Amino acid sequence: MTFKRQSILPGFGPSFGYTVLYLSLIVLIPLSAVFLKSSTSGWSHFWQAIRSPNVVAAYRLSFGASLAAGLISVALGFLIAWVLVRYSFPGKRVVSALVDLPFALPTAVAGIALTSLYAPNGWIGQFLEPMGIKVAFTSLGITIALVFIGLPFVVRSVEPVLADLGKDVEEAAATLGATRYQTFARVILPAIGPALLTGFAMAFARGVGEYGSVIFISGNMPGKTEIAPLLIVTQLEQYAYAGATAIATVMMLASFSVLLLINWIQAVSRQRMGA
Amino acid sequence: MKLRATSEDRVTQIVLIGLALAFLAFFLLLPLVAVFSEALAQGVGPFMDAVHTPDALAAIRLTLIIAAISVPLNVVFGIAASWAITKFQFPGKSLLITLIDLPFSVSPVVSGLIFVLLFGANGLIGPWLAAHDLKIIFAVPGIVLATVFITFPFVARELIPLMMEQGKDDEEAALSLGASGWQTFWHVTLPNIRWGLLYGVLLCNARAMGEFGAVSVVSGHIRGETNTMPLHVEILYNEYDFVGAFAVASLLALLALVTLVAKSVLEWRFDLHSGASH
Repeated sequence: MTFKRQSILPGFGPSFGYTVLYLSLIVLIPLSAVFLKSSTSGWSHFWQAIRSPNVVAAYRLSFGASLAAGLISVALGFLIAWVLVRYSFPGKRVVSALVDLPFALPTAVAGIALTSLYAPNGWIGQFLEPMGIKVAFTSLGITIALVFIGLPFVVRSVEPVLADLGKDVEEAAATLGATRYQTFARVILPAIGPALLTGFAMAFARGVGEYGSVIFISGNMPGKTEIAPLLIVTQLEQYAYAGATAIATVMMLASFSVLLLINWIQAVSRQRMGA
Repeated sequence: MKLRATSEDRVTQIVLIGLALAFLAFFLLLPLVAVFSEALAQGVGPFMDAVHTPDALAAIRLTLIIAAISVPLNVVFGIAASWAITKFQFPGKSLLITLIDLPFSVSPVVSGLIFVLLFGANGLIGPWLAAHDLKIIFAVPGIVLATVFITFPFVARELIPLMMEQGKDDEEAALSLGASGWQTFWHVTLPNIRWGLLYGVLLCNARAMGEFGAVSVVSGHIRGETNTMPLHVEILYNEYDFVGAFAVASLLALLALVTLVAKSVLEWRFDLHSGASH
């Protein structure tokens, strides 16, 4: 019995060995340092750190804004993916490239740009201000920044599934007397449901951890517009390693759960599609 | 008007296209335009001055150095990992793929924190480093480590699906014709994957140069020494030097635009699939 199955190709030992070594040194060992630190600081200390009012408020804000932004991203992202896959219009390639902008634009750049747009004297802010809508330095601003970050995740996860969804199933539905709306609700939506959910989960997970694009527009008022990642930075600046680690541990557990959820959604939908 | 059963009528189409474009313009295009407009708000002169300060130049240099170290490291890893994963069968493969993706699901701030916990003054091996006069946190090595961690999956993630699709027939043919392992890799595998590799390098590089959260935690923000371009943007912005902040930011935005154009060209010409890339 050998570990790998027979192959005439060379280089399994070195490439596999290097992969595992590099993965351990860069990712696994450093990540386990967080859990080690968390466990050595003691349970009561950990509990105390994550239950302080500021931390609870930050979690509520981070998870709440990410949830809202994830839902908005799903709606907008689905519309954009639909239009990109189903319709043709001039400049489509440029529009498609633009969707990836948040992946390529450094988060700090996005952060200061959004802040200048939505500040009371900014291009958009000056119109909202007279209506009594404040965006910059409120949770609304944080949500808008997270929509910016989350949108491409939804578009890119829905697009391929929508493109693969053959016209024949829709034709079949129409032949059997379904209206366009019925076809959409009963045929198209269930088929792309897992992709929408995956996109949502990715946007949500990214939103909870997002830092650069949010801290400028959030204004960072203690207990009001402080996001969880900012609290980690604040704690670190005060050399409160244990506190920072406790906040980080909860965030990591949350994002790993989302990761597992995504894997599970994909496994289930693969099984259902029979691929 | 003729209604077709599997599509919407043209009016509905135009309305939906209009809505989608309006949202995209509002959420994505406007912030991009704002960067350049704010950078040039007082003309080209102040823009050039802001980019030419010694601190800005030092930040640009450091950012280039960081990318020049971390991108090649992850390229070598990406090739090794995808070779092992796509050319051989072994147990635990899907676990390995999941672990490679792990850095994507860690908050940038936490990615910085883990290296502070290891190498910081009160960290696990901090005291040992201090005794040997080695500095990792608040110095360039820490920034490199955090950047390598953040950009870890990019190259592997592009190569694995591509090489999975290509299979191993080409390599087996080359080997049976008498080529050595290295010859097979250089003359068969590498030409097959070069565009996918370039694609991965582009994304990896964009993130390496633009990373903010993780680098911010480990850098210490020492001007002229451990300040990368994104960190310099933050400092200038917090000092209300908006022209300066947006001038440096516009260079990063240009990098993003170049990345997007190159990425799109690769996608159109070589039919590379853009999965849910990050």
